[in-house]
Amino acid sequence: MREVNVEQIRDVVAQLCIKACVEVPCDIRSCMENALEKESGIAREILQDMLKNQDIAKTDRLPICQDTGMVMVFLDVGQDMRIVGGDVEDAINAGVRKGYEEGYLRKSVVGDPIRRTNTGDNTPAIIHYQIVPGDRLHITVSPKGFGSENMSRLKMFVPGVGIDGVRDFVMETVKLADSNACPPIIVGVGVGGSFDKSALMAKRALLRPLGQPHPDPYWAGIEAELLERINATGIGPSGLGGKTTAMAVHINTFATHIAGLPVAVNIGCHVNRHEEAVL
Amino acid sequence: MIKEIFTPLTDEVISGLTCGQMVHITGEIYTARDAAHIRMMELINSGKPLPFDVNGAIVFYAGPSPAPDGAVIGSIGPTTAGRMDLHSPKLIECGLKAMVGKGLRSDAVRQAIVVHNGIYFAGAGGVAALMSKSIKAVELVAFEDLGTEAIRKLTVEKFPVIVAIDSKGCCVYDRA
Repeated sequence: MREVNVEQIRDVVAQLCIKACVEVPCDIRSCMENALEKESGIAREILQDMLKNQDIAKTDRLPICQDTGMVMVFLDVGQDMRIVGGDVEDAINAGVRKGYEEGYLRKSVVGDPIRRTNTGDNTPAIIHYQIVPGDRLHITVSPKGFGSENMSRLKMFVPGVGIDGVRDFVMETVKLADSNACPPIIVGVGVGGSFDKSALMAKRALLRPLGQPHPDPYWAGIEAELLERINATGIGPSGLGGKTTAMAVHINTFATHIAGLPVAVNIGCHVNRHEEAVL
Repeated sequence: MIKEIFTPLTDEVISGLTCGQMVHITGEIYTARDAAHIRMMELINSGKPLPFDVNGAIVFYAGPSPAPDGAVIGSIGPTTAGRMDLHSPKLIECGLKAMVGKGLRSDAVRQAIVVHNGIYFAGAGGVAALMSKSIKAVELVAFEDLGTEAIRKLTVEKFPVIVAIDSKGCCVYDRA
């Protein structure tokens, strides 16, 4: 059976943390460059500053945003492999510790949500494990900023509200988020499943590459329609007005109970940091 | 047209600024965010002095990333100002003149700005590497144990912001 050592996991997590915080994914970069062509005035200036900021961050190895987030790790473990050499959770946290120290990234995690003492090394990470076919280990690291995370919402609807209820909830969430979520945003939506499943689907939807619609044409249509409606709000880059409020709406769906219609909306800021590696 | 302003801000300068106007600040500003605000409120409530003179001061809602070797500061940019809404009216009453953050403010904050001739500036969120280039010096003022959330005095040069709520209460985020 194929083996992966925890030391390798630690080092890869550290590298991914640094890369995600200083380099913008290329799909976001090109989406923003396209948006620039459609904007004028203040919106254009803000987008230009965002692009200039990305260049400085990459060259000087500085974080794109001072909020280098709380680290979300998605670990897809191939069922035909095994992890050896120690505790995988400890290894991931050791990787976060190493990455945040060596990369001069901000430590933004408090140990207790009420008593709030900073843990000093940005641990612990929030880890989502999934067992998948194959013998590989797929690691995605997404340092999530809380300007956008705070504007995310979840609601358990009754089935009767149908697709209109979903649409209205997404629009309402984006309007409430307004400038706070650092637009142009990525809107991750989870529809169906259960309370927890919808939230996780919304979060995973933020990881989907831009320009890749939902495979079901019905949902792809809803994504396109919502994106158009969001961009018609006029919120614009940094909320200062413009045509570019969101870069994408990604909806993930799952079967649900006859009595329920859970809907979760997770918002990603214009940086939407995430990096991945396969071991 | 970018308006150049200098600290300490005078009432006259504040009154002359209008919502939506782009501004460069040169001078001294203080960082304070969630945890520092909670501590400042505790000091005010127990009648103790604040760690810096808020009279006429500009507070920047920000927590920088660590400074790499040889740099004065890491990346820095505004955090969501709305989380400080709970405390801002009291600080404005105590003499605070200006705030720099991002995003929406409560009606109570807008009201306090109008009553006390204050101002709220917004910066673009997430352009923190670029913004760090306008920070020329950093001095720790208080609450070192809070790490990034400590109060720091920043010497800034042409620090880029936009007037988000002017002294008349006009807000750049008001949607038609």
